Amino acid sequence: MRALPRILTLGAILSLGLLFVLPLWRITLTAPQYPEGVVMLIWLNRLSGQLDLINGLNHYIGMRPIREENFPEFSFMPWLIGGLILLGILAVVVNRRWLYATWLALFAALTIVGLADFYRWGYEYGHNLDPNAPIKVPGMAYQPPLIGSKQLLNFTAYSYPDAGGCIAFGSFLLVAATFTGECIVARRRGKACTAHIVREAAPVA
Amino acid sequence: MTTRTLLRSAMWLVPASVLVVILALSGCPGPKQAVATGDAASRVYIPPGQYDEFYGFFSGGFSGQVTVYGLPSGRLFKIIPVFSVNPENGYGYTPETQPLLMTSHGFIPWDDAHHPELSQTDGVPDGRWLFVNANNTPRVARIDLRTFETVEILEIPNSAGNHSSPFVTQNTEYVVAGTRFSVPIPQQDVPIRGENFRGTLNFIKVDPQSGRMELAFQILVPGYDYDLAHAGKGPSHGWVFFTCYNSEQAHTLLEVNASKRDKDFIAAVNWKKAEEYLAQGKYHEMTADYFHNIYDERKHMATSERLTKVRVLIPSECPGLIYYLPTPKSPHGVDVDPTGEYIVAGGKLATVIPVHSFSKMLKAIENRDFDTVIDGIPVLRYDAVLAGEVQNPGLGPLHTEFDGKGYAYTSCFVSSEIVKWKLGTWEVVDRIPTYYSIGHLLIPGGDSRKPWGKYVVALNKITKDRYLPTGPELVQSAQLIDITGEKMRLLLDFPTLGEPHYAQAIPAEILMKNSLKVYPLQENQHPYAVKTPEQARVERKGNEVHVYMTALRSHFRPDNIEGIQVGDRVYFHVTNLEQDWDIPHGFAILGANTAEILIMPGQTKTLVWEPKKPGVYPFYCTDFCSALHQEMQGYVRVSPRGTNVPLTYGTGQE
Repeated sequence: MRALPRILTLGAILSLGLLFVLPLWRITLTAPQYPEGVVMLIWLNRLSGQLDLINGLNHYIGMRPIREENFPEFSFMPWLIGGLILLGILAVVVNRRWLYATWLALFAALTIVGLADFYRWGYEYGHNLDPNAPIKVPGMAYQPPLIGSKQLLNFTAYSYPDAGGCIAFGSFLLVAATFTGECIVARRRGKACTAHIVREAAPVA
Repeated sequence: MTTRTLLRSAMWLVPASVLVVILALSGCPGPKQAVATGDAASRVYIPPGQYDEFYGFFSGGFSGQVTVYGLPSGRLFKIIPVFSVNPENGYGYTPETQPLLMTSHGFIPWDDAHHPELSQTDGVPDGRWLFVNANNTPRVARIDLRTFETVEILEIPNSAGNHSSPFVTQNTEYVVAGTRFSVPIPQQDVPIRGENFRGTLNFIKVDPQSGRMELAFQILVPGYDYDLAHAGKGPSHGWVFFTCYNSEQAHTLLEVNASKRDKDFIAAVNWKKAEEYLAQGKYHEMTADYFHNIYDERKHMATSERLTKVRVLIPSECPGLIYYLPTPKSPHGVDVDPTGEYIVAGGKLATVIPVHSFSKMLKAIENRDFDTVIDGIPVLRYDAVLAGEVQNPGLGPLHTEFDGKGYAYTSCFVSSEIVKWKLGTWEVVDRIPTYYSIGHLLIPGGDSRKPWGKYVVALNKITKDRYLPTGPELVQSAQLIDITGEKMRLLLDFPTLGEPHYAQAIPAEILMKNSLKVYPLQENQHPYAVKTPEQARVERKGNEVHVYMTALRSHFRPDNIEGIQVGDRVYFHVTNLEQDWDIPHGFAILGANTAEILIMPGQTKTLVWEPKKPGVYPFYCTDFCSALHQEMQGYVRVSPRGTNVPLTYGTGQE
């Protein structure tokens, strides 16, 4: 990679550090009685927002209480992201195309697995209901949407990435775009865009 | 009769019928009532879900409460119990709130609340606290405008009829309280016709951070009826003006005997001078007996302290402390204009509105322009202090508020109107009828340095035919009048609760942002609070049973209790575990000789129950909290005294 794309890539990778201080995902519930909305935030290593209130409301439909300690993911997600950042830095330092590609592939895999896991938890909480719940609606499940909005009885559930999630997507897209761009430039110069081509013409100072 | 004569008679019908039509269109002669016209409805219409521009705080008079209205819509938002018990939420019934209503005469469930007064900073309402006076058993209360709850009540010793109260100084340094019904001081068993009645003018110091009140000093004054008050501002900051009537000192048939003199007084008190005398130790420490009651928001509980001493200043020993300004004729209101220069008196039996000049008053004091001296109080010469008189204002002028644009608005009780006049020229420029018999009136910030002069609200004593009749007892009313134009314009007429005397209003934006939504559960320091359902329990101490109960949608913990005995005194200490906005829970149990309790989120309140007969007694949530509110119920089993039924409790165990 040339200097500018390489710096861009480094910046994108380092911005993942913000995931440690910004929430990844936001679930908002609104209802006629809750025009102000009830919010739950998902971070790398914890949950925040009006959890007690959400659990209090959920007990009517027999949903298990959402508690941080139920999610083993919170214990290793920071390590995964930390590792991803380190690997990214390594890729920029070594500046080898195959390493960038590996990083992108890993990040993509991690995102897909993460979303799948999120879906699985949503399914689990939404379907695995207490048979003694006060409110039972035949055929009704309360799985929140993976992304987007969905009507669940009187509540509308909104599920969208929060600041951290947006940064992660942005970071991925930026690195992917830079990487692709560099490949195209390299191809135009008559070099094959293959992983074994190691260094670009312009070394980083 | 020929056709011709028929026609001729018919001709007469034409002008006659025209006359009938004209009369019908113009209305029959008789009393005319103004109706709101033009765009009045849209001016006071607040679309659903939108907010009013002002909070209005109306005293409840004989209801002992303060009501909170939105202006301009006239919608009622809250009734704040202050001096009267309120079975609706347990105020004055629970052990937590009963201390607030303690006095040197014991527990008093009622009083007559007259004048709400917003705290001020730099002469402008700051939205921190609302003070209100109790007229019957002299007290001053403080309401916290974060919670809209009464948080402090201070009894005023050596006083009776606490009417000239609780007006504040420019930075709420002091709240004042003066005696309307002079009495022997100290109280003693003497003939009513004695000459030795006196009054006190009280200065209550307000802590600028906490708002906590303390009776700083009393000034012992001749036994007139000190009726109303207002503090100076700007140049007159440092002074407070009290009207008084009954300088005749009549003890009987006052309507005649207290109306004899041409002039009574406005007492001008220099409280900065009073502070100097206090610092010099020129006060007498009198024994007194009075209560100071404070509600602790974190403990959700009030405590009473009985105080025994008060510092008294005597005018004859403190030159320059107080002067009398002669004022015609049994003056009622005294109102200081936004500049602080003019002191307007409502001489309720006078044919003019006298306006005193603060700067002329200072000059008269400097020149010792005195008529006489009463008990060490110099009486200034009327002409030396008078700025001007408003001629022919209306009958029975009572109170004046200001719009900040150079105009004053005076309520006239007898002629039932508001009179608008110009400061400086003293000319009447407009008048508008009120329905009927207006007492006080309010302009938002109208007694401050910076009025929000958009509306004036008339507070009427009599409504008669204005609303659907409800038997002999009718409501009082308020009338909202637009004062943005040259002519006053009636916009809205709405009923009020109790008998509002004074009222004040403040822009909503000042208060809204500070309004508390829930009490943080983690900060709850009530000695019987339980913060998690697991801690709910029942403990017996001899005949006392303490139920540490939690309320959370939609159940109580515990909700089944056995082992209570006839003769037990059962304390249900209910903590509302919700931390969700607008989710109170209520609690009531069959046969309890007390009011229900309404518990706000994060709060703990106690209901005391003494079951008298064996049986099983249901209790339930009284506030519709959730879809399963009807299921929020439980049972207590009461057994005969000495039973062997063990004390057990639980929730959800079949």
